[in-house]
Amino acid sequence: MIEVRGLTKRYGGTLAVDDLSFTVRPGIVTGFLGPNGAGKSTTMRLILGLDAPTSGTALVNGRPYAQHTAPLREAGALLEARSFHPGRSAYHHLLALAQTCGIGRDRVEAVIEAVGLAGVARKRAGAFSLGMGQRLGIATALLGDPRTVILDEPVNGLDTEGIRWMRGLLADLAAQGRTVFVSSHLLSELAMTAQHVIVIGRGRLIADLPVADLIAGAGSTGVRVRSTEPDALATLLRQRGAQVTRASDGALEIRGWTTDQVGPVAAAAGLTLLELSARQASLEDAFLDLTRDAVDFRAPATSGGNR
Amino acid sequence: MTTMRVRQRSVIHAEWTKVRSVPSTLWSLLAAAALIVGLGGLYAAVRVTRPPKTPEALAAFDPTAVSLTGAQLAVFAIGILGVLVVTAEFATGTIRSTLAAVPRRLPVLWGKAVALSATTLVLCLPAALVAFLVGQSVLSAEHLNTTLGAPGVGRAVVGSAAYLVAVGLLGLAFGALLRSTAAGIGALFGVLFALPILVGFLPEHAADSVAKFLPSGAGAALTSVRPDAATELSPLGGLIVLTLYVAVALALAAWRLRHRDA
Repeated sequence: MIEVRGLTKRYGGTLAVDDLSFTVRPGIVTGFLGPNGAGKSTTMRLILGLDAPTSGTALVNGRPYAQHTAPLREAGALLEARSFHPGRSAYHHLLALAQTCGIGRDRVEAVIEAVGLAGVARKRAGAFSLGMGQRLGIATALLGDPRTVILDEPVNGLDTEGIRWMRGLLADLAAQGRTVFVSSHLLSELAMTAQHVIVIGRGRLIADLPVADLIAGAGSTGVRVRSTEPDALATLLRQRGAQVTRASDGALEIRGWTTDQVGPVAAAAGLTLLELSARQASLEDAFLDLTRDAVDFRAPATSGGNR
Repeated sequence: MTTMRVRQRSVIHAEWTKVRSVPSTLWSLLAAAALIVGLGGLYAAVRVTRPPKTPEALAAFDPTAVSLTGAQLAVFAIGILGVLVVTAEFATGTIRSTLAAVPRRLPVLWGKAVALSATTLVLCLPAALVAFLVGQSVLSAEHLNTTLGAPGVGRAVVGSAAYLVAVGLLGLAFGALLRSTAAGIGALFGVLFALPILVGFLPEHAADSVAKFLPSGAGAALTSVRPDAATELSPLGGLIVLTLYVAVALALAAWRLRHRDA
C-alpha cells in the first residue's frame, strides 16, 4: 500500500510535483501514467525517500519508507535503467544490496534465475544490453521479496518477449497480494497490465480511476461523414448543436453524435452522403484528451503525428 | 529471513563486497602496494650509487624516508580510489539502489569509510614494511641502513600507511561532498599539493606556522623519523591534526548525504 497525501516537490522555481494525493492498493497492478516530464519519476523518488518533499507525505505500508527497519522487505524499486556499476557483475551488484540487510546468497541466485540472467550474472554488467540492464533492475526490485513493488518504465528497452514476460510478472506479483505501482508514458501498455490508473500531468493529479472506466470513457463515439456538399451539411449540423470539425481529407467529424442522428439530417436536406461511419475514440485519444493541457513540450500537430 | 534488518555491520560487509567486486578498484589498490615497494627499492638502489659524501650530508641522510619514497606516490592511487568509492555510485546511478536499501543513509558512508580504511591498511602497512626492509637491505651495501628499532623508525613506517588511510578517507569525504569524480579528485589534490604551494607565498614565518597545520604538513610530521621542531608538528600532533581534518571532512560529507536529494 502506498499513500500519498498533498505531496509537493519544488526544484528551484519549478513545481515538479504539485499537491499530489492518491492511494495505491495491494492486490492489483496500478498504472502511473503521464506524458514525459509529468513528474512520475520524481513522485517515485519521493515515495522512496530519495528526494525529500517540499511538503506533504508519502507512506509505504503505513510508514515513511525510510523508517522501516527492513526497507527492502517493504518496497523494491526499479527507478532508472542501468543504475549499476559497469565494472561489477550482476551477481555482486545484487549481493552487495542483499548484504545490507542480511538477505542470503540463495535469494540472490533465485532473483537472477527469475529474471533470466543466470547465464550472464558473473560477467561485467557494463556489457549488458538495455533489456538485460532492465532485467537486472527488476531483480534488484524483487531482491527483498517486497510487499510493494515500484517500477519506473519497466518495459523500456525490453523486446517483445521481454514485454510479455513483464506483463506476466506484474500480474503474478499482484496476484500474490502485493502492491504493484508501474509508471509508463504509454497508455496502451498499461491498459493491458493495469487494473487501475493514476494519471498525472505537470505534477498534478488528472485522473485516478479503474482502467475499465477509462476505456469506457474512451469509447465515447463520434461520426465521420463525407458529403458532396460538406459546407451545407456542417451548417445544418451546427444549427442542431453539433460540434463539427473538418478532417484533413474534407470529411466532417461530429463528436458525441451517432450515425443514426446524422443520417436523417442529411436525408431531410437532400444532401448526398459519400461516407457515414461511426468513429471509436482510441485509448490513446482518451489519454491525450486527459493530458492535453498538461503536456509541457508538445510537438506541433501534424497529421498522423505521434510522439 | 524473518530477521532481515539493516545493521551497520551488514552495511560494512556490503561495502566491502562492492570494493572487492570492481576490478579497477582492485588494480588501484595493487598499484598502490606495488608503488610503495617498487619505488622504495628503486630509490634506495639509486642512493647506494650516490652515497652522501660529506659528514653533514651523511647526518642529514634519512634511510627510512628513502625506502618509503613510494608511499608519496601511492597517495595518488589511494586518494583517487577514495573519491571513486563514492562518486562512481553517483555517476552510475547505483547510489539510488544503495540508498533505497539503506534509507537512513549514514551507515553507507561509515560502511564505505571502514571498508576503504581496512583495505588500505591491510595492503599498505605490509607494503610499507616490505619497502622498508627491501630498502634497508639495498642501502646496507654502503652501510647507510637503519633498523626498525631505531628511534622514530617504526612509527614512521606505520605512519606512512596511516597517512594513506587518511588520504583515502579525505578522498571519500570530498567525493561525497562534491558527488563528481573530477571535482572530488581536483579538490583532494588541491588541498594536498596546491595548498602548501599557496601557503608558501606567505611571509616566511607565517608560511612555516601555517604549513605545518595543513593536512600535508601533519602527514609529514607523522611520516618523518625526526620531525624538525621548527617547521613540523610532533608525530602525535600530526596524527591529531590529521585525524581532525578527516573527522571534519567526514562530518560535512555525512551532513550533505543526509540532507541532499540523491
